[in-house]
Amino acid sequence: MEVNTRVRALEFLIQQKALAGVVETVPTFRALLVYYDPAHVGYDDLCASLADLAEQATPSALPPPRLVELPCCYTPELGLDLEAAAARLGISPDELARLHAGADYLVYFIGFTPGLPYMAGMPERLTLARLDTPRVKVPAGSVGIGGTQCCIYSVESPGGFWVLGRTPLALYDPGAPEPILLRPGDRVRFRAVDRREFDDIAARVAARTFRPVIA
Amino acid sequence: MIRVLEPGPQTTVQDGGRRGQLRYGIPPSGPVDRRAFVLANRLVGNPDDAAALECTLAGPRLTTDAPCAMAVTGAEAPVTVNGAEAPAWTTLHLVPGDVVKVGAARAGVRIYVAVAGGVDVPAVLGSRATYLRGRLGGVDGRALCRDDTLRPGPAPLPPRRTVPADARPGFADEVRARLVLGPQADRFTEAGIAALLGGPYQVLPQSDRMGMRLSGPRIEHARGHDIISDGIALGAVQVPGDGQPIVLLVDRQTTGGYTKIATVCTFDIGRVGQLKPGQGLRFMEVDVRTAHRLRAEHEAALAAIPLKEAPG
Repeated sequence: MEVNTRVRALEFLIQQKALAGVVETVPTFRALLVYYDPAHVGYDDLCASLADLAEQATPSALPPPRLVELPCCYTPELGLDLEAAAARLGISPDELARLHAGADYLVYFIGFTPGLPYMAGMPERLTLARLDTPRVKVPAGSVGIGGTQCCIYSVESPGGFWVLGRTPLALYDPGAPEPILLRPGDRVRFRAVDRREFDDIAARVAARTFRPVIA
Repeated sequence: MIRVLEPGPQTTVQDGGRRGQLRYGIPPSGPVDRRAFVLANRLVGNPDDAAALECTLAGPRLTTDAPCAMAVTGAEAPVTVNGAEAPAWTTLHLVPGDVVKVGAARAGVRIYVAVAGGVDVPAVLGSRATYLRGRLGGVDGRALCRDDTLRPGPAPLPPRRTVPADARPGFADEVRARLVLGPQADRFTEAGIAALLGGPYQVLPQSDRMGMRLSGPRIEHARGHDIISDGIALGAVQVPGDGQPIVLLVDRQTTGGYTKIATVCTFDIGRVGQLKPGQGLRFMEVDVRTAHRLRAEHEAALAAIPLKEAPG
């Protein structure tokens, strides 16, 4: 978690200082990809500036994170692997849902598909190797766990995580003015909702009248 | 207004690409062959990055209800106006009712059709480029369909000009692309790197705007093919467990967990992206400094291409 904090702090400092020649940046677990225009900055000069900034890239350099509440419905019909994962862990599905929703998560980075968060903070007790056979299609909004990671599928795609539930929120809505819900560095809390509330929120999300709870 | 009579197999609106969205998982999109795209725009008097059409393997059939100018560049494909042969790499002046048809590519894959004023679709996240997998940008995030209408932006009628023959690309059966080793070249054996640089590799039919899948000498890993996921640059050469490389293009996934042995230089991406399935590719290593020098030369050469007054 510490390395990722430094990655995000370095990215923040690059943006804040508007480092010459830098076009854009992509934070990941422990690396920062920096796109630059060689017509505006030389490789050696850029490396030197980045090394300087990396020294200052500490957690205190970062602005306070947002806290985003994600409703999640943990039922077997939406949490396709809820029962199998619980059995594998030797706990009940309810207990698994309670443990998963009880933790605080941190978005390490967004990647792979538009708006898909890779999150840390899952209780160690829930560590599971990824599915032996990845699913060909995982519905958008599926909340999955694998290894020590938690992720949320932002579009329908193949996937190897154990799906515990589904959020009715759109992590990626190409038609919205701001298509992406989560950002690197966000804190995330899941709120368990029943199927009725899930359907109600999903309808409001589709009508673009639902406002996510962001503090 | 321009009406699409036939869209062609995959025709999308592209502009210079979407910037600043990689950190949200959204790739830049934009043209695969930027040089051909820029020249199409220049022929109709547009800025280099104005929105134009990128067609795949065959072009569209279009008609206009107002006077306008159009230009077709990129892959070698027959162009007709009202059934009569018309030149590619040349400004075409059209009058209401004219029908422009761009046929199947004889050489190359991606054809560009620019219209004076650019294609006026709404900008999404700062760009008009279509990202098909993300259903974003362009015309409702999709490829063009029959009966779509495209509105050109306001523009004066540009003079008729043409790209000189020596500035038009040739389409060889085998392309040589320059690359810089890294970021994970240390995850491969010497034999693995020698295989990459020896080649040749053949383009597989599963290639698209996301990546070119290649088949050829197996690239051997030194220790496993998985890394902790990191960002993927344009031109990254990803090598999964089967040792067969994939060159990632403009619609690439933004991050990934396979080792990347090298990165193809941006100025060679267009030529790589014009290869048809079955055609060949060889890689040549350059260092970062050489890559930057070649890039500057490439940009200067593109800026200096003189458009000549078109005959007739």
